[in-house]
Amino acid sequence: MNINKIIALSRSANIGKHLLLCGVRQTGRADQLPQRRSFKTHARSLAYAKDLFLGQVNKAEVFPYPEIGNEELEEINQFVAPVEKFFNEDVDSKKIDHEAKIPPETLDGLKQLGLFGIQVPEEYGGLGLSNTMYARLGEIISLDGSIAVTLAAHQAIGLKGILIAGNEAQKQKYLPKLATGEHIAAFCLTEPGSGSDAASIQTRATLSEDGKHYLLNGSKIWISNGGMADIMTVFARTEVTDKNGVKQDKISAFIVERAYGGIISGKPEDKLGIRGSNTCEVAFDNVPVPVENVIGEVGAGFKVAMNILNSGRFSMGSAGAGMIKKLIEMTSEYAATRKQFNRKLSEFGMIQEKFAVMAMNAFVMESMAYLTAGMMDRPGVPDCSLEAAMVKVFSSEGGWICVSEALQVLGGLGYTKNYPYERYLRDCRILLIFEGTNEILRMYIALTGMQYAGKILTGKINCPAFRLETIVDEQLVLKRVADVLINLYAMTAVLSRASRSISIELRPKHDLPVILSNVHRLRARCSKAAHWSSRGCLSLILTVPAPLTPGINVSHFQTASLSVVAELYLHPLKSDFAFLHQNTVAIHVISFHNIYTL
Amino acid sequence: MSGRVLVGVKRVIDYAVKIRVKPDHSGVVTDGVKHSMNPFCEIAVEEAVKLKEKKLIKEVVAVSCGPQQVQETIRTALAMGADRGIHVEVSGKDYDNMGPLQVSKIMAALAKKEEAQLVILGKQAIDDDCNQTGQMTAALLDWPQGTFASEVTLEGDKVKVVREIDGGLETIKINTPAVVTADLRLNTPRYATLPNIMKAKKKKIANVKPADLGVDMASRVEVLRVDEPPQRQAGMKVETVEDLVGKLKEAGRI
Repeated sequence: MNINKIIALSRSANIGKHLLLCGVRQTGRADQLPQRRSFKTHARSLAYAKDLFLGQVNKAEVFPYPEIGNEELEEINQFVAPVEKFFNEDVDSKKIDHEAKIPPETLDGLKQLGLFGIQVPEEYGGLGLSNTMYARLGEIISLDGSIAVTLAAHQAIGLKGILIAGNEAQKQKYLPKLATGEHIAAFCLTEPGSGSDAASIQTRATLSEDGKHYLLNGSKIWISNGGMADIMTVFARTEVTDKNGVKQDKISAFIVERAYGGIISGKPEDKLGIRGSNTCEVAFDNVPVPVENVIGEVGAGFKVAMNILNSGRFSMGSAGAGMIKKLIEMTSEYAATRKQFNRKLSEFGMIQEKFAVMAMNAFVMESMAYLTAGMMDRPGVPDCSLEAAMVKVFSSEGGWICVSEALQVLGGLGYTKNYPYERYLRDCRILLIFEGTNEILRMYIALTGMQYAGKILTGKINCPAFRLETIVDEQLVLKRVADVLINLYAMTAVLSRASRSISIELRPKHDLPVILSNVHRLRARCSKAAHWSSRGCLSLILTVPAPLTPGINVSHFQTASLSVVAELYLHPLKSDFAFLHQNTVAIHVISFHNIYTL
Repeated sequence: MSGRVLVGVKRVIDYAVKIRVKPDHSGVVTDGVKHSMNPFCEIAVEEAVKLKEKKLIKEVVAVSCGPQQVQETIRTALAMGADRGIHVEVSGKDYDNMGPLQVSKIMAALAKKEEAQLVILGKQAIDDDCNQTGQMTAALLDWPQGTFASEVTLEGDKVKVVREIDGGLETIKINTPAVVTADLRLNTPRYATLPNIMKAKKKKIANVKPADLGVDMASRVEVLRVDEPPQRQAGMKVETVEDLVGKLKEAGRI
């Protein structure tokens, strides 16, 4: 069998579908799926996005939309008020951007508000808030990009290592001062020669003769808070002898205090945006780090790094949504008052379209972020790395487009420094770059999912030799797979939130058009990504097994045609969302490319 | 002296919100509108907490009258440093008709019950602008009052109050127990920081009904109609002073 034959098969869609669907359907039962990672608690299916690759929609994970209790809701509202007040009255974003510095009074205010230890548990002096609450506060903090990045670099990545992988002694020693902001944290992974290729870092930690210290040597770049951090999480290569006696260079994570000496911070980088955030080079010259300061196991640092980055990513969704909502507020005031051709701007279709785009994006970003945060807040140790990556990619790109559109509404005025739009534009460009570039994350989403699906399918489908190697280089294909999945997840989030809104009758009439337009738009993006290419990349079939309620027109779509339609969006018109709870919606992802090639 | 200070806080529509009149002109739209603590009440709470921090008084009790939602306002006061709260439950028609007279009767009853040394209130609320509650409370208790305070100093069993009045600043010395109402420049209220909000969750809020205090909530005032202020009319430009005088005469103004 070769590619061509499979493509030929797939063109006669029925056969192709049948061939692979049989296999897929059999595996698509959640309770039969083996758990790939060891979870500390019960083995419930904790992967939503990964199972999408198998054509299984784990409805229990995403429906109903995560809700928080009344008490928590009251608490969030209480928290939001002083933070909003602070940002409206005491934060001069223009000055911060102009002087490329956050004034000490502002930093002090943030520290006193408690914003430096949002997720640090109460026993260590922090607020101990859940991911959902963190996301909610992120919406407000994002009003100033520099402050948002400073706080995120400190707590979402800087001290996260100690929080999630540190031992009790390390937590007791470092977290209290970090939570109050007395010490600021930084995350040091990237090097001049190792950006996206994080596993290739060259900074070295050699064990001293007496075995009590590691000597750290190397240099890092693009370190946020690098100039003012007292505690840094540094990743370096260490020599590790494995059980076979073979010596290997593996990455370890260290807690490094500036007080140890030998740390030199370079001058702050002159950046396009987030200018108030301190970003600089950090050089380590024989810095003595006690062996007690290794986070986790020696040699297991890369895993720690990935876990840290995965755990903070989802908040970009709500941060972006908060920013867009603010932009809508500012822009709509302008559009409602400015007149041209003797009509208000808000009466023109193209301007209205921009508002629609902004509103839809904000809705989707919010839905995705809080869905992911809700999943992460559930008991057990959920692996939401894929979902978080999807949120990040969608939100960064959505945010970029929306800021641009908002600026466009103001035309020439938006282009000047008298208005904050150009600053928002510059600040939000970084979102596509840091915390994993969108290109890398797309590869990650596609490959991780395929790897997961491949492992499970390999055992089930009776065909010789499934090979994964060559798919890794097919970036254009992977990009499309990732786009499809991101949009699917976005659709899921929107539907989940909308179905909850409707079922609790929360302004159903208003939300419905938003939901419909959202899902419609997302499925269009999905179909664009899934468009049949001459290399026979990917086909997405959405099938609903049987007519559910009388009058619902359920159709089956097959890959015979080039266009692909996600049927979910039709249903809100015909009935309420209750049907989604009752019936299986099976998504079959079929790749006719190398992954299933022989 | 008991060392206890009573602070009244009122939940009002947030100062930044654009007020809209209800279509039936019976009042303003309050549903779904952002509410927060009256700014002058914030200043009052801040002053009380400052006195406690200076160890001049022992306990700060925050009081608010209204429906369930005022508990948020009391919680904000607790987060700013008050020790405990008292929620006087008033809802429905009673709440709609509640004015300074009813509130001052409640405050007077509570001040006696709690044996307060000082009652600090905001000088007025930004929704009704009455500027009466503090004065009425003092009268009902037959206590001295220091209103429009821009500076408050405790000196033994007396209070020195610097008042902002039309003519300038007036300094008076009054005996305790007394009622003080806070003006704008008394202090700058602190933010209720998130750690303090969390600590405030553990502080107690007692529930009381006006009937328990022997207060009659009946209103002597009936609101007939609420209207928006008249739209500002366009002005007119004139060339000379004679024109101006002529136009003014025409309009019957002079």
